[in-house]
Amino acid sequence: MHDSTELGIHRRYFFRDCQFGIARLALASLLGINTPRATEAALERSSGLPSLHFAPRAKRVIFLFMAGGPSQLDLFDDKPSLHKYDGKPVPTTILNGQDLPFIESDAALMASPLKFNSHGECGTRLSELLPHLGTIVDDIAVVRSMQTDAFNHAPAQIFLSTGHLQLGRPSMGAWITYGLGSEAASLPAFVVMNSAGSLSGGAACFGHGFLPSGYQGVPFHSRGTPILYTNNPPGYDRQLQRDSLELINRLNHDRFKTVGDPEIATRIKAYEMAFRLQASAPELVNITSESQDTLDMYGIDPAQPSFGRNCLLARRLVERGVRFVCLFHQGWDHHSNVVDGHRKACAVTDQPATALIQDLKQRGLLEDTLVLWSGEFGRTPMAERNPALGRDRGRDHHPNAFTSWLAGGGIRGGQTIGNTDDLGYHVAEEPVHVHDLQATLLHLLGIDHTRLTFRHQGRPFRLTDVGGTVITKLLA
Amino acid sequence: MKKTASTRSRWWLAGLIQCWAPLAALFTSPCPGADHWAFRLPHSPAIPRVSDSAWTQNPVDRFVLAQIDARGHQPSTQADRSTLIRRLSLDLTGLPPTVDEVNLRLHATSPDAHERHVDQLLASPHFGERWALWWLDAVRYADSNGYEVDRPRSTWPYRDWLISALNNGLPFNQFAIEQIAGDLLPNPTLAQRIATGFHRHTYLNEEGGHDWEQFRWEAIVDRVHTTATVFLGMTFSCAQCHDHKYDPLTQEEYWRFFAFFNNVDEPFLDVPTHAITRRRKDLLSQIATLEKTRAKVFPLRSPPPEDRSENTWRQQSIDLAFEKWHQQESVHAVKWQTLVPIHYTSQMNATLSPLEDNSLLVTGDRPEIDTYHVIYRIPAGPLHGLLLETLPHPALPKHGPGRGSVLGDGAFALSEFKAYLIPQTVAQAQKSVSLSFLRPSATYQQKNRTIELSIDGDKLTSWHIQGGEGRAQWALFPTAEAVRVNKSTRLSITYLMNFVHQQTLGRFRLSVTQDPKPLHLPTHPRAIVSLLATGSQNWSPQQRFQLRNYFLSVAPELAQLNTKIQELRSALPDLATTLVVTERANPRTTFLHTRGEFHRRESPLTPDVPDMLHALPQHTSRTRLDMAKWIASRQNPLTGRVIMNQIWQEIFGRGLVRTPEDFGVEGVPPTHPKLLDWLAFEFTHRNWDLKSMLQRIVQSAAYRQSSRISAEAVDWDPTNKWIARGPRFRVHAETIRDIALMASGLLTRRIGGPSFFPPRPDLGKMIAYSSSAWKVSQGGERYRRGLYIHRKRTAPHPGLASFDAPPRNTCKVRRRRSNTPLQALALLNDQTMIEAAQAIAHLIINNGSETEAERVRYAFRLCLSRQPDLREVKSILEYYHRQLQRISAGTLDPATVAGIRKTTPENSLDALAAWTATARVLLNLDETVTKE
Repeated sequence: MHDSTELGIHRRYFFRDCQFGIARLALASLLGINTPRATEAALERSSGLPSLHFAPRAKRVIFLFMAGGPSQLDLFDDKPSLHKYDGKPVPTTILNGQDLPFIESDAALMASPLKFNSHGECGTRLSELLPHLGTIVDDIAVVRSMQTDAFNHAPAQIFLSTGHLQLGRPSMGAWITYGLGSEAASLPAFVVMNSAGSLSGGAACFGHGFLPSGYQGVPFHSRGTPILYTNNPPGYDRQLQRDSLELINRLNHDRFKTVGDPEIATRIKAYEMAFRLQASAPELVNITSESQDTLDMYGIDPAQPSFGRNCLLARRLVERGVRFVCLFHQGWDHHSNVVDGHRKACAVTDQPATALIQDLKQRGLLEDTLVLWSGEFGRTPMAERNPALGRDRGRDHHPNAFTSWLAGGGIRGGQTIGNTDDLGYHVAEEPVHVHDLQATLLHLLGIDHTRLTFRHQGRPFRLTDVGGTVITKLLA
Repeated sequence: MKKTASTRSRWWLAGLIQCWAPLAALFTSPCPGADHWAFRLPHSPAIPRVSDSAWTQNPVDRFVLAQIDARGHQPSTQADRSTLIRRLSLDLTGLPPTVDEVNLRLHATSPDAHERHVDQLLASPHFGERWALWWLDAVRYADSNGYEVDRPRSTWPYRDWLISALNNGLPFNQFAIEQIAGDLLPNPTLAQRIATGFHRHTYLNEEGGHDWEQFRWEAIVDRVHTTATVFLGMTFSCAQCHDHKYDPLTQEEYWRFFAFFNNVDEPFLDVPTHAITRRRKDLLSQIATLEKTRAKVFPLRSPPPEDRSENTWRQQSIDLAFEKWHQQESVHAVKWQTLVPIHYTSQMNATLSPLEDNSLLVTGDRPEIDTYHVIYRIPAGPLHGLLLETLPHPALPKHGPGRGSVLGDGAFALSEFKAYLIPQTVAQAQKSVSLSFLRPSATYQQKNRTIELSIDGDKLTSWHIQGGEGRAQWALFPTAEAVRVNKSTRLSITYLMNFVHQQTLGRFRLSVTQDPKPLHLPTHPRAIVSLLATGSQNWSPQQRFQLRNYFLSVAPELAQLNTKIQELRSALPDLATTLVVTERANPRTTFLHTRGEFHRRESPLTPDVPDMLHALPQHTSRTRLDMAKWIASRQNPLTGRVIMNQIWQEIFGRGLVRTPEDFGVEGVPPTHPKLLDWLAFEFTHRNWDLKSMLQRIVQSAAYRQSSRISAEAVDWDPTNKWIARGPRFRVHAETIRDIALMASGLLTRRIGGPSFFPPRPDLGKMIAYSSSAWKVSQGGERYRRGLYIHRKRTAPHPGLASFDAPPRNTCKVRRRRSNTPLQALALLNDQTMIEAAQAIAHLIINNGSETEAERVRYAFRLCLSRQPDLREVKSILEYYHRQLQRISAGTLDPATVAGIRKTTPENSLDALAAWTATARVLLNLDETVTKE
């Protein structure tokens, strides 16, 4: 077992003795991670990937994290049978003693008032709130039988992100960049952006956990300069910055010659990379170079921060070799008036999410880019009503059954997996636990989820904890 | 949520695969781990013979040199004086030395200059700040609750306790005991109670609709993990779900150990800090003075007759007004009889306890919603109304009267108030009579959340008092029709509180009246109302005096004065609070949880310590305090070693055991087992004195070695595990800031107090839910040490996070050290760094150096504590001149770079700007942020 102090210092040792080869080193030289530390990952006794376990179908991931809990019953899970029970109390046999915080045990069921239609050749059913997604259903796989282990936003978001309810575990993006490294020369390997509300789970949803800190997701701003601290201080132009970096590196180099610590060499490299990053970050967000057709397809005003703009930036990021992009959109937590709330949420997400798939496809990127659309849980078939909280015709959190969809990167599109019972309360067929989804994601990236591990506190840990089965039906 | 059956079967399969290798090992070893080195008591090892005893300063060196000898190598020469001065200063105070201090020490010629420096630094009040940083990571100290709502919390008194405990040299065994169980010590001091905040740095879920019991339980899981990791270096958590796969710890033993922790309540504690106490005392004495003037300034009803003194006439004026007042007030005053609660329960297991005034105080579990059932003794006779007093209490959040968190700290929402008269005997239970009420009223209610909603039969609507927290609030429930209470009847009340966010009653009292008068909500305190209802003919002179005094406090004639007094009262500052634990009177039962899941309880268990270590003394009880003493015992083979290893790691950058969080079978064995044993033995047998152990470590020749790495050393010991050279590594995130502030002279040295808010880049939408605005601290507050930066868990300060400061979610006994481009950007562009560079420019200009080269030397020494060599001076001067040129060519704006708004003489402005840019370069050097 090697730790950071062990290897952070010693590049020569690596080049001489490492059995994993230089190619991996190049792969692993992510931004935010200095080279020797990436070798540490490769050398970790019980972990690291000297080579992929399977031929990868996807090389990168875009996760559209629909935080707050989208209502599967008003978007994907068409339940004509629920109309029969509309307004009637939920049968006690269904609840089975489960307590819901905002809903009484005799709460009335609420059928979705929205129209559902079949789309595409595959005939996937979608509600009227998703007209754009309807045009690409043959490219996506809808999973109506998702299940999670947590009921509240923060724990459930952390669970979906890290596979654990306990804190301090690495997020999916961290695991994946740890396993695969980065292909981006001057951008971070793992980028996160946010639109709509603030994220309940906070930084833990894109944290590095016990992995080295370089694997954490780098939050990009949706307005102005995307990366923190890339703006020079007031009055400092590029020339002054260049002069300063040159002097810093010269003095560091002198010191390196005197004290011989390889860590100084790493720091010199880091400053060079920082300088390049300052140049590449503005180029990245300069979306005026995109055609009007593209902007129209996403339906965005390039000057305004939005989920749509983030989708377009996600495409630009993966084009530049970024490994994992996570777009959080916390705007689905409709405890009251779920239909109107979802109408608004769909108005700002449906077109861009669809455009992202189309855009990736027309550029040949969809083949090896995996796109995942999911909330941390779904919403109840029972209506939530609470005058004290000013709530009516809403839906509460529902971990037992919810819907996600996937596209690209080895996913067989045009299919729907799983079924819920007549009330949409429990999964009736083909349950897909969060760990299964994570296992499948890793599988598509060429990784066996049981073999991407990291030793921590005396034992190997992994993303899927002790669960996870690859859902082969999803694979193309 | 329960896992599905399929998850379960998958678990078994994966578990089997994972277990295979270690299981195989178990079969071949008769008693796994029993003879593991770390579980055997350390004894004082023989001091080894070495090649060069002249090199050694103390036994530490003997152990170190023996290992170097064994590998056929030699230690490095001693580091030069200025390097050593900076190294020592950073290690013991976390601050670099000033230029003057370095000068002074370089000129010290005494042979024991190093030793004296060590002693002075150990006595510095900044010692406690430096070493608090180590411990705060371990105990996951933060200033916010975590999870979705992530509200700020006040636990800084714990941090203050920690700093002073370290400064005062509190022996480590006591240090451990006070944190684990300070509340259980006989007559615990305030400080000992504050120390139990150790357990309270857990996450706290405040999302509406969470399951309180589940997250209370999760917090205990975290406490077990933290305690086992920081003191024992053991991975006990592995045995939460199944027997430990490597170490001799069964799942049952895990849950027995858990039981020690499972019996705590989690209250707030008022902390009367000196400043606040003094301010309160001042205000209270002003109030008392003003109150005394009431009777002296009461307006005269007319000019005094000649035969009366003004004073007598004034007293008569008061008497007259008082007579009129009490007659008027008596009309509505009814006599209220307080009821004695004889049976009381909380449906969600909160603790209800009667106080002397017959109110019930609610403590302990703090569920989201709750229902209280209370049975009161009630006098026979007519019943005309009930008076519910909700009352403040220091044990409640913001002193109550409710237990609310989000949407009003200390507020409550009463959804339904149901009253029944019930026969005393169970046999007649069916004969209970439900009471109905008409036109209830309340001293405070929110719009659309009125008192009527508490009797409307709809449990989804409630009476709210948000906005009226911190003081008593009353509700009056007149009976709808005349009711007669028979003898041997009880009054049963159901208080149903169905809102979210713990908006439940915190302290309340119930009274009844038999008076048939129309009922009005009393506008005076209960004691006054009682007197008014008694009638003036029945007053004792004393009671009359009391009432007359009260009258003065509400008399319209004194409105101005009384308003002023009221204003002073509301200006009384709240005491600071902190989070602590206390032991419950009614113990909880701990169960073994199948597969470690919250919902799956198996057999009940009693507390005990694991068999793999020493047993508890036979006749002792099994309390948290006994467990704490067991940890902090000389008989414990782990504690001493684990703590000495952490200390060593802080100084040398890596532990003697490289896995400080795991001393178990799977941990990495120590590089210097005898040195570790010697340190542990000395530590535990010499009063657990951290400072004295540190002193020995930093006085060793091993510590004093130069940290230069020769090509040969890179080959034979790249990671310096054999310590044939001094430590060299980048300092902690907080220390980087402290170095810049120290170099620039901006540092505010004030020790302790609430956390502050340094500038940070706009985090935009990435900031967590309901984030209170990050109000940047101004003045000296802005330049406090990194240790005091407000730690918001869901949105850590990016400057700290990029330099590997942990988010303090879970306990960390080892910080990683990365070296990344994002760090370069933070160091180059963070506002505090820029402000420091600007301040350094002023120091350079004002230093009185004559030549530019001297100024460069001075600036260099401010940041690096050593003299630059000629080449370095030359490089820096070239840069400086290039910037001056660009300024005079007009391509750089000097005022902006120097951060100066006022006009200054032009020459010095140009120089200030060029020096600012130069200082920024110096602050970014590897050596500046490194302990060499």
